[in-house]
Amino acid sequence: MFYYILRRIIWTPILLLIISLIVFIMGLYGPGDPVEVQLGQNYSEERAERIREAKGLNDPLYIQYFRYIGNALKGDFGESYKYPSKKVSELLKPKLVVSAKLFLASIFITILLGIPLGFYSALRQGSWIDPSVVALTLVLYAMPVFLIAPVLIIVFSLELGWFPVSGWGGFFDKRIILPAITIGIPGVAVLTRIMRASTLDVLGNEFVRTARAKGLTDLVVNYRHVARNALIPVVTILGFSIAGMLGGALIVELIFGIPGVGRFALDSIFSRDYPVIMALTLIGAISLIVANLIVDIFYVILDPRIRY
Amino acid sequence: MDNNKYSKVNSNSPFKITLNKLFKKKLAVASMIILLILYGSGIFASFLSPYPYTETDLVNTQEGPSKEHFFGTDRLGRDIFTRVLWGIQTTVIVTFVGLLTGSLILGVSLGLISGYFQGKIDALIMRLGEITSAFPDILLIILLAATLRPRIVDFARDIEEKTGISGLISSGFIDYVVIGFALLPLSWFGMMRLVRGQVLSVANSEYIESAKAMGVSRTRILIKHVFPNILGPIIVSATFGLGAVAGTEIILSFFGLGVQPPRPSLGIMISDVTGRGSASVSVLKNHPEQLLAPIIVVWLLIFCWNLLGDALTDVFNPRSR
Repeated sequence: MFYYILRRIIWTPILLLIISLIVFIMGLYGPGDPVEVQLGQNYSEERAERIREAKGLNDPLYIQYFRYIGNALKGDFGESYKYPSKKVSELLKPKLVVSAKLFLASIFITILLGIPLGFYSALRQGSWIDPSVVALTLVLYAMPVFLIAPVLIIVFSLELGWFPVSGWGGFFDKRIILPAITIGIPGVAVLTRIMRASTLDVLGNEFVRTARAKGLTDLVVNYRHVARNALIPVVTILGFSIAGMLGGALIVELIFGIPGVGRFALDSIFSRDYPVIMALTLIGAISLIVANLIVDIFYVILDPRIRY
Repeated sequence: MDNNKYSKVNSNSPFKITLNKLFKKKLAVASMIILLILYGSGIFASFLSPYPYTETDLVNTQEGPSKEHFFGTDRLGRDIFTRVLWGIQTTVIVTFVGLLTGSLILGVSLGLISGYFQGKIDALIMRLGEITSAFPDILLIILLAATLRPRIVDFARDIEEKTGISGLISSGFIDYVVIGFALLPLSWFGMMRLVRGQVLSVANSEYIESAKAMGVSRTRILIKHVFPNILGPIIVSATFGLGAVAGTEIILSFFGLGVQPPRPSLGIMISDVTGRGSASVSVLKNHPEQLLAPIIVVWLLIFCWNLLGDALTDVFNPRSR
């Protein structure tokens, strides 16, 4: 186990180097000249040349690349092309905080709804609850965020008037609820299905019967024996769902007018603001890798038998 | 005739057994019928649609459903029913292009190679997959589409000028190429890993060993003996994949990177209503029916592919035989 995590930790920076190289190359071969973007209407050959020289864009490519990596390690992702003289890290920081808060809220919703829903529907197998939960997850699973968002807006904002249509007020503001639910719902469907299936699997085991035969209460059997074992496959899936939810978050931020990285990422892709794109991609990749590492560690805590 | 029927009943190739089982599942049959209708109406959009998709009727904008316009008209007075039909056609083309190139051709062949030959080539392919899956996928797709599109459009314009063929760009062909490329990194690795795992489990079975002993070549073993035995999981995963690709195409169109207007796509129709900030709120409030048709179609597409995938999982599962 220790060696497995060590290997993962050693492999991570190599992976990030390769990813940054790919994005760097895409930036070079992508359309648009950064200097042109920056100068806009004031473009002249002379000025462009001066900026190129000052920014080191005339240096050999590998030197540019290593300079970029060196700075990135210090948390400095260079200057934005579109907003000259502004550091990418300064531009991104407030937006990342907003996006991270929203994303955290969605993960909470996914876990708090998905796991209990799957668990109880499995325990109630044979009653009407189980098939209706299954049907619900099937319906929700086929609803990507760009379908859920307008439906929620129409029902809860426009018809019932419970929530404002758009805006942002931080973690403890009711405007976070609708977007967080929107991002979380596909994950809820996945987690419910997996949790239900794995609970049913565990329920059929001998040790559950033994526990009941010992005279343990339902509560103890269900939580200590069933739920804990049923959670193991769910944790793996959670890692994947988190990766999938990232894309949804981007769209939801656009629809609900949330000042996160969504709109900013899109704008920078269209205006070829490559320092911003590279920073975003690297930050996204790091968070994905770290999330998966955490999932793996959780795995071992839940099931001490697992050895890598 | 009778004779023919009789022989059909008696023949029980695994393929027919599977099909029979599948047709016994009501949900699966229902979703297949819905999918057939949807895909059919997309493929034959040019015959079925009552209006050209660009025709605007500025007198009757934002109208509700009526006899002339089954699903009403949008803010430019375009017939929503027509645009949904053409939008489905876009989805049909994109899903098949995306699935064929990405997960079927690339994913399956790399998986076969990786699983059967193992060693260095396997390690290389797996590392490559790890790299693509470490990217936040939507960001990568958008980035690819945004950087590729101008290059490919330039290239196509070049070809048009040199050869005198026109309509490469205006027909939307370029859009499909761009989307196909952009979807590649998303789709191939999942399929490749699945195929690799299946091959690894099949490769040690006795019939492969006996084929080897008979001196059958490696390529032939791979194609004739390994591939047919792992077809089930491939079909299941492709079925789920079709739903997912349909969703991704809509995300791309939503960001303006997919199919370009005036050609309709379901994603464009949805983002036309939801993606315009405060203007979209008033549309949502006063004309929610504009969104209804594209949303229901998209939902049905993904829902039916998923149901079919579930049914196929059951059918192909050897434990249920």
